[in-house]
Amino acid sequence: MKLHAHSKSRPYAKFASTCFAVMCGFCTVLSVLVLLVVLWNIFSYGWSALSWNFVTSWPSRFPAKSGIWSALIGSLYLIGVTAVVSVPVGVGAAIYLEEYAPPSRWRTLVQVNIANLAGVPSIVYGILGLGLFVRMMHLNRSVIAGGLTLSLVVLPIIILSAQESLRAVPSTIRQASYALGATRWQTIWHQLLPVALPGILTGVILSLSRALGEAAPLVVVGAATFVAFTPENLMTDEFSALPIQIFNWTEQPQKDFHQLAAAGIIVLLVVLISMNALAIILRQRFGKKVKW
Amino acid sequence: MPQIAATEVLIASRGRCNLRTVFEGILHAVLLACAVVSIITTVGIVLVLLLESLQFFRDVSVWEFLTGTKWSPLLKPQHFGILPLFCGTFLVAAGSSVIAIPIGLGTAIFLSEYAPPVVRDIVKPLLEVLAGIPSVVFGYLAVVFVSPIIKELFPSAEVFNAASACIVVGFMILPTIVSLSEDVLRSVPRSLREAAYALGATKLDVTVGVVVPAAMSGIMASFLLAIARAVGETMAVTLAAGATPKLTLSFFESIQTMTAYIVQVSQGDTPAGTLEYRTIFAVGLTLFIFTLSLNVVAQWILNRVREKYE
Repeated sequence: MKLHAHSKSRPYAKFASTCFAVMCGFCTVLSVLVLLVVLWNIFSYGWSALSWNFVTSWPSRFPAKSGIWSALIGSLYLIGVTAVVSVPVGVGAAIYLEEYAPPSRWRTLVQVNIANLAGVPSIVYGILGLGLFVRMMHLNRSVIAGGLTLSLVVLPIIILSAQESLRAVPSTIRQASYALGATRWQTIWHQLLPVALPGILTGVILSLSRALGEAAPLVVVGAATFVAFTPENLMTDEFSALPIQIFNWTEQPQKDFHQLAAAGIIVLLVVLISMNALAIILRQRFGKKVKW
Repeated sequence: MPQIAATEVLIASRGRCNLRTVFEGILHAVLLACAVVSIITTVGIVLVLLLESLQFFRDVSVWEFLTGTKWSPLLKPQHFGILPLFCGTFLVAAGSSVIAIPIGLGTAIFLSEYAPPVVRDIVKPLLEVLAGIPSVVFGYLAVVFVSPIIKELFPSAEVFNAASACIVVGFMILPTIVSLSEDVLRSVPRSLREAAYALGATKLDVTVGVVVPAAMSGIMASFLLAIARAVGETMAVTLAAGATPKLTLSFFESIQTMTAYIVQVSQGDTPAGTLEYRTIFAVGLTLFIFTLSLNVVAQWILNRVREKYE
């Protein structure tokens, strides 16, 4: 009886409930729609400017002759340097925090520090790179300086994701390994890492794709916008990168350059999507194999 | 752990395994060094920002920097009041939150409370893709796509305006809000929902009256993290919002944010060691303190939430 009275006093309760559900659904549709609008916009605008010639040409003052080769190569070099530096250090730090460091103030400090580093805007890393690598270490505006800066940007993300993958390995595996007389490193190398590898790899590839899209730290470190050569010497030569080139083209007032920017974005997205597809394949291929 | 230590001692006591103990010790040191890199990074950021900023504050008083209403370090006469840049950053953060918070929370509620698993499995990866789109791409969209629409709707709007920046940044920070809020909403115990249903509540009552309040602190943390991202957002804002530092609350004028100013100076040929060059460190320090405080509060809230439901 009471329940009946209750619903009678709120005749629109059911209607309001439905309305709310529809509104929330609408929000969801909107957020997905945005993604489609973004992609459709870029592809419809940039597709006609995209050609093999565009990919393999140097940038130029004339939109028709301009290409993205130096930026593409610059980005690949940068990703290479970033991977070489950030992956071993990041995974190492994660192993230390999960397997070596006992719960202590020190570990909490490092952990809190990493969580906060993950939230520092990338342009602040750029300022660090400018002060530390470019000025203090005299690496100039080189690929190495840019790559090291990007490594610091993605390091916290790699550490956090690798930690999560290591944490997901059941502790019984560790105990069994120790019980058989294995040392700590033997346990890590032969038992934990093979199992945690797909998760770690996924995190690594996602972080590297973040590094690939970063422009702000590179601008501050001093990436150049018109580079008509590929870097020969990683320590001294100037470099460009895909997002920098896109930024530069978007800044130009002429519409032709905007079209080049769209084509450049397609190239960037293709590289990003292939990296992410790789991450997904690795996750599914290796994720299912391990069974206890 | 004592058993493991005992094993190591046992192994070490056998002479032929001494090499292994040394090897293990070296590895321990190397891995420790990796973890220390993160601490050095923080120290490095703080030192670089502080040292150059201190030089800057020898020439410009902190008071002038924080309260001055005019920012023109690159033009004569020079003015070093950060308020206009602060105002620009505030406009973008506020405007993008107005877009991202309702849509993000709505999406999170839908995904956690209403959507069947199939829909969630489709939508969540798509939002991850949205989160993975680089900032410069959003900047391009703001210039080429959003800004012309705004000019069409509001003819008085300038070509570069805060509104187009707010819209794209809003959608950039949306995935942050959705994924975090959805996690927190889903971690609200089922028993709370069932208790409310048992009392005759509708789905709306349960969601708005029980689940959302229970997850409120986590939702707030997701808002803070998203705002911190909007404050630190650089390329989209630089491209879309213009390069005119001014104290205004209008979304249709050209403005400049702290991040965009840093990019502007970096793109020019300002020689190292000059006062103009040092401004980017002072602005960077302000930006760092600002985002760090937002992040620290958000992390603190999230840790408390985790303790509550685990």
